[in-house]
Amino acid sequence: MSDHLNASETLKIHVDQDKCQGHARCKALAPELFELDDYGNAHETGDGTVPTALIDQAWLAKSNCPENAIVIDEA
Amino acid sequence: MSERAPVTDWVNDFDHTDPRWTENPYPIWDELRSASPLVHTDRFLGCYMPTTFAAVKEISYDTDHFSSRRVIVRNVRSESPPPAPPITSDPPEHKPAKRLLLPPFTPDAVAKLEPRVRAICNELIDAFIEDDGCDAATAYTKHIPVKTICHMLGIPEDDSDIFIRWIHEILELGINDDAILMKAVFEMSTYFQGHIAHRKQKPTDDLISTLMNARDDKGQPLSDAHVLGSLRLLLIAGIDTTWSAIGAALWHLATHPADRERLLAEPELMPTAIEEFLRAYSPVTMAREVMKETSIAGCPVKPGNMVLLSFPAANRDPSVFPEADRVMIDRKENPHVAFGLGIHRCVGSNLARMEMTVAIEEWLKRIASFRLDPSQKVRWSEGTVRGPRSLPLLFGKPS
Repeated sequence: MSDHLNASETLKIHVDQDKCQGHARCKALAPELFELDDYGNAHETGDGTVPTALIDQAWLAKSNCPENAIVIDEA
Repeated sequence: MSERAPVTDWVNDFDHTDPRWTENPYPIWDELRSASPLVHTDRFLGCYMPTTFAAVKEISYDTDHFSSRRVIVRNVRSESPPPAPPITSDPPEHKPAKRLLLPPFTPDAVAKLEPRVRAICNELIDAFIEDDGCDAATAYTKHIPVKTICHMLGIPEDDSDIFIRWIHEILELGINDDAILMKAVFEMSTYFQGHIAHRKQKPTDDLISTLMNARDDKGQPLSDAHVLGSLRLLLIAGIDTTWSAIGAALWHLATHPADRERLLAEPELMPTAIEEFLRAYSPVTMAREVMKETSIAGCPVKPGNMVLLSFPAANRDPSVFPEADRVMIDRKENPHVAFGLGIHRCVGSNLARMEMTVAIEEWLKRIASFRLDPSQKVRWSEGTVRGPRSLPLLFGKPS
């Protein structure tokens, strides 16, 4: 995970709504970065910008999604 | 159970109800996976099994060629299998049927049930804590999910034993005997019809009333048949699955003292440990029916055959999970598919995780040290759901 750590990067996280099936692993692992709707499906909080302190959690959420529904853009 | 030829060629003639598979399927899956990403047996009227994560994924996402109308591989194939929406639904009926069930099973909704589940666990432990040991499957793990679902549905906990009998008849005995299965389904339907009729007179605030009050996408109430089907699903899918998952976790902790000690010393590892138990001992294998000719992982598949959609085997695929056969309670990257993949993701996954976590936490709080009773035998279930049905434990350290 620390391979991805680079404080100068801005990461944006996004949940692909066509892929998300509501496993809710992202919400469990990175509660600040994701929200669940009334049906338990996930979407990113705000505009998806990942604060530097939460970069590890963002990658952890991505690597634990069984549906591969989490996209991380490295700007 | 019934007479059948013993397996001599696992790759071309596998049988997931063979006692050797039931006892320890992992080396068999390794053998199958080395042979092919998709294997076939003529048993069960013709059945495929994907052995890799990728092949399981391919089938899970292909609702065009594979139907969910039959979700159990059996030796009999009834003309119209009893529906249990949404698990037996295909698109486009699947989505609206599933959406009705999702809200009561979100993590937040499930968290509200946690105090009751903790109480259930402690009431069960009270009954055997003074003894030298117990059969953890029959005295503990078996009762937690059934009492929890009774609480959610607003039906008497005292009826638990009847539900457990129906599930055994449907999921295990029903593999070979259609009459037993249909009788259990009929009894279950009659039971719930009584509860539905009762609530028509006197509405309640439980899950049965929630379903009865639900409206479909056209604003119409669900038919009694739909409500009944969903109730059958909740009962069938919610009980021995979680019972098995909790049991397998306790079996692991009983047989791996170092992991038990570590979990006691580092309780913050509980979330990764639970995910790892789910991966390594995934209880549920669903099935699909091949509807149209296609190919999976380059292997042709023929309509009319069933598919043993083994999420447990996918979770042991070393190309996705490093050291797949090793249980690491601190495994960080663990995108396991114990709850399925694609549109049929288990609606109760958040409930199951909560029950599992609470059941292990409460057990460890009161019984820190335990091991298998060497004078007795652990017995695992057969078929669709794998878990210990007999788990004889001794408490305390060996003297």
